[in-house]
This record gives sequence, structure tokens and C-alpha cells, in this order.
Amino acid sequence: MSELRELYQTVILDHNRKPRNFKRPEDANRQADGHNPLCGDKITVYLTVEGDTVTDVGFQGEGCAISTASASLMTEAIKGRKLAEVEALFEGFHALVTSDPTREPDADGLGKLAVFGGVREFPVRVKCATLAWHTMRNALAESGETAVTE
Amino acid sequence: MSQAGYDVDRVRKDFPILDQEVNGHPLVFLDSAASAQKPRQVIEALSRFYSKDYANIHRGVYQLSERATAAFEASRQKTARFLGADPREIVFVRGTTEAINLVAQTFGREGVGRGDEILITAMEHHSNIVPWQMLCEEKGAILRVAPIDDSGALMLEEFEKLVSPRTKLVAVAHVSNALGTVNPVDEITRIAHERGVPVLVDGAQAVPHDRVDVGALDCDFYAFSSHKVFGPSGVGVLYGRADLLEAMPPWQGGGEMIQSVTFEKSTWNAIPHKFEAGTPDIAGVVGLGAALDYVESLDRAALLAHERDLLDYGTAALEAIPGVRLIGTAPRKSSVLSFVIDGIHPHDVGTILDQHGIAVRTGHHCAQPVMERFGVPATVRASLALYNTRSDLDALVKGIHAVRELFA
Repeated sequence: MSELRELYQTVILDHNRKPRNFKRPEDANRQADGHNPLCGDKITVYLTVEGDTVTDVGFQGEGCAISTASASLMTEAIKGRKLAEVEALFEGFHALVTSDPTREPDADGLGKLAVFGGVREFPVRVKCATLAWHTMRNALAESGETAVTE
Repeated sequence: MSQAGYDVDRVRKDFPILDQEVNGHPLVFLDSAASAQKPRQVIEALSRFYSKDYANIHRGVYQLSERATAAFEASRQKTARFLGADPREIVFVRGTTEAINLVAQTFGREGVGRGDEILITAMEHHSNIVPWQMLCEEKGAILRVAPIDDSGALMLEEFEKLVSPRTKLVAVAHVSNALGTVNPVDEITRIAHERGVPVLVDGAQAVPHDRVDVGALDCDFYAFSSHKVFGPSGVGVLYGRADLLEAMPPWQGGGEMIQSVTFEKSTWNAIPHKFEAGTPDIAGVVGLGAALDYVESLDRAALLAHERDLLDYGTAALEAIPGVRLIGTAPRKSSVLSFVIDGIHPHDVGTILDQHGIAVRTGHHCAQPVMERFGVPATVRASLALYNTRSDLDALVKGIHAVRELFA
């Protein structure tokens, strides 16, 4: 049962209940949709990019606790960051949730996002945790593609 | 509680997989609607067949091939008896999905034209929607959908109105996989046949539970999958009325389905072989025979009463939990408990239940239109089979309380 507490940490449950930045910023100039067909999660991520900085970010949609909390914490993590920093966070987060669960998690520089370390124990839930991040990245790339985690 | 004539503890001993722990808890398997577990009688039949009798069928003159052919055809006889059909009317395919596609691509392709209609219901599995959509797209035909009410029951009067002079086929689930609704197939076939419209029944969720008699149902096609009725995966059955099968063009071309081949012209084998091109899953079909023998060895009436008791017990137990809402409450239901919990996504419920050793399905159950009809993205589905017990349902209820506690 300790794995469950590790997965559903208080911070995650809190962000699931009260998602932060659950909105479309008025001056958003990038957006993309994401879809996890396995569980029906759907998300839209909105970004306001000025120069090389994400000045505002929000998301809307419906999903499980892991995907909702991940989206919520992602918006807090990337707001005000330079694009290169956002990319580094994406890489760091992705490495964290897909790393070998028998080793110590490497959450250096991830701050609060470290709470997703528990996802490593639940391979089928990795896609829930990464959906918002892939969607955000598509929005930045202005690819117009729907992020699909399968 | 055990029903008279039905010893569930003895039945459970036939399923070796059930005797294990998952995540430190005894396994509680509540996902038989997705695929059922296998009794040792089936596992041993496969092993025996591969160890002693295996060879390709229908062509060899040597003894092994004769034995394998006899075992394969014996399964056809058993399947025919199981459905109340003639062995010529039993076509072996890969599963229910392939059976429906076969009908769409032969009967449908030949008989459906521009402006014609195919009528399904709002509770269908994707496998009884998409093959018809593809056919309609190709032919310029129209897919009509009979609505269901808030309990998940078919609105039979609306269905009747939708049977038109352009309707070429009615295709309905016998039992809904997402809701558990049992459709009044005999009524449906009566209505359709009054207007000369043939009926295909997707029986995947029906055969593991209740007796099916295609004569009594008066349906024209009936499809089911071996793996849902305790047999191997990769094998399915299409029952088709002999005169329809005779008139239908073949589907896949190849060996076995032909009578003679020249470069100018080939002629087709007799039914059902006309629809069985290529080497089939020989051992899988033999395993299906063993599975049907197993089911028939049980007291079917007592088994049905046992499952009825579980469904009623589980329904009452789930309804008593605050925040739990059952999706699918039709008066005639079978062995499916689909539900949502206020404020908690089904996927989270599934993960937490798994940590308690409980296997349930979460998601749209390949029935996205059903999810849309009930305004939910997904549900948790606990589905029952002949080896489940009241204590499985007690474990489920306990697990749901743990979910609610974690999310409180």
C-alpha cells in the first residue's frame, strides 16, 4: 500500500481537487489538444509566449487524478520560464517518470514535480502523467497535432 | 452463499489461475467480460492435443491428420449443439469481431446498396458499429441507431419505428458489454422478420452465462468468442442460417475454401468450409470444444441462479456506497456492474483496486457512444463469471471504501 501513497501524494490529490491555472489565458497565443484513448483523458493546454518566455499558461479538460495534477503542477512549473528551461523541465520530468523504479529517483531541478516519482511504480499510469507535458510541447511547436499518449 | 446444485468452491478449483496473490492480496478477478479465465479441462485439452494428436486438418491421409480433423470437427458438432444449430451453420473465425466483419463483407457487400439502411442500437460494442460504418461508407448506405433509455434498456417502440423498407439488416448485442443490458432478441427478430429483415446477434457477452438457442431466438446470424466462454483466445464462431450462408459469396480466398482451382476459375467449397480459408487455429477450436463441454457439465439453471444472486448482491452493495452511481440499471441485466464514483476518475479507482488484488476494467469498454449517452468519460466495470463469489464482491466494496478514503 505504500506504493499507493507514493503515487497519490497529498500534493497530487490537492492539485486534482483544485487544479491551478484551470483556464484559457485571454492572451494565449499557442494551444494544443491531448488525448489518452486508454482512459478517455482529454486536455487542452494554452500558452502565452512572448519572445522566448512562457508568460502565461493554462489548461482545461477532464482526466484522472494523475493527469489533472500533472497538468496543474506543470502550469506552475513552466510559468515565467524561458523556452529552453521549459524543454529542460520536460526532459527532466520525462526521465523521472520513466526511470528504473529500483533506483533512487533523480528529481534534481524539478522542484515540486518530484512528487511524480511514484508513477514509476505504475507503468500504465506513466501516460497519464506525461499527457499534459506532451500536449504543452506540441503547443510550443505549433504542430497543430493532437498529442496522443498511445 | 451457494445456490442449490451449484458448488462454486468446486468450480473455482477448476481454475488454477484464481489461486494466487496479487499485490499481497488474494486475486479477485472481476474482468471476465473482457476475457474469461480457463479451467484446467481446457488447458489440459490443449496440452493433450498438442502432445498426441496435432497435425494439419482436412487433407492428410495419415492417422495424426485424421485424428486432428476428427477433434476439430467434433468441436464444430459441440458448438452446433451448444447453439441449437446444424454443424454446417457453424463457421470458425478468429472472434466475434471477425464474425461480424465476415457478414458485413459478404452478406452486407452483396445485399446493401446506396440509400439502404442498417439498424443497430445505441449500446453496441465498437465491433458491432465500425464494420457497418465501413460498409455504409463504401456503399452510400445509412447506419441507423435505435436509442436506449436512462436505465440502458433498448427503447423497443423507437426501434420498431426505425425498421424501414430500406433496412437490409438489424445488428444487435444480445447482452451489452458496458451496461449488462439483456436485449429482447426474440422481440427484435419478430419485429424485423415481419418486415423481412434478417438479424445478426452479437452474443459475445451472452454465451458465458445463459443458454442460447438460435432457433428459439429466431436470429439469422449469431456471433461469439471462445475466450469469453472459458476457451482459448483467437477463436470465434459465426452461426449463419444455412440458406443465407449458401447464398453468400466467400470472404477470404485461399486453401480449404475452394472445391477446385484453375487459373481461369475456382469453385467454392460447401458451407461452412467456404468461409474458412487457410489453416485455422486448430488447437484453439479443440480447446473451445473442451470449454463448451465444461460449461455444459455444469447445472446451467443453478449457474444462472448463482450469477443472478451475485448480480443482485453486488448491485445492492454498490448502491449502498455514498457517491457510487451504477451505469446500466435495465430491468433485464446480466453479470455486469458498471459504475462511477463522484469526483474520482475510474482510472484512479482501477489502480487503487489493483493494489488490493482486485482486477476490474476501467475505461470506455470499446463502447464510446454508450459513455457519451450517459455523460461519463469512462466507467469502472466489475463483471462476473461462474467462478465469482459474494466474497469477491465484498472485497470490491472494501476496495471502493479504500479508494474513497484515499481521495477524501
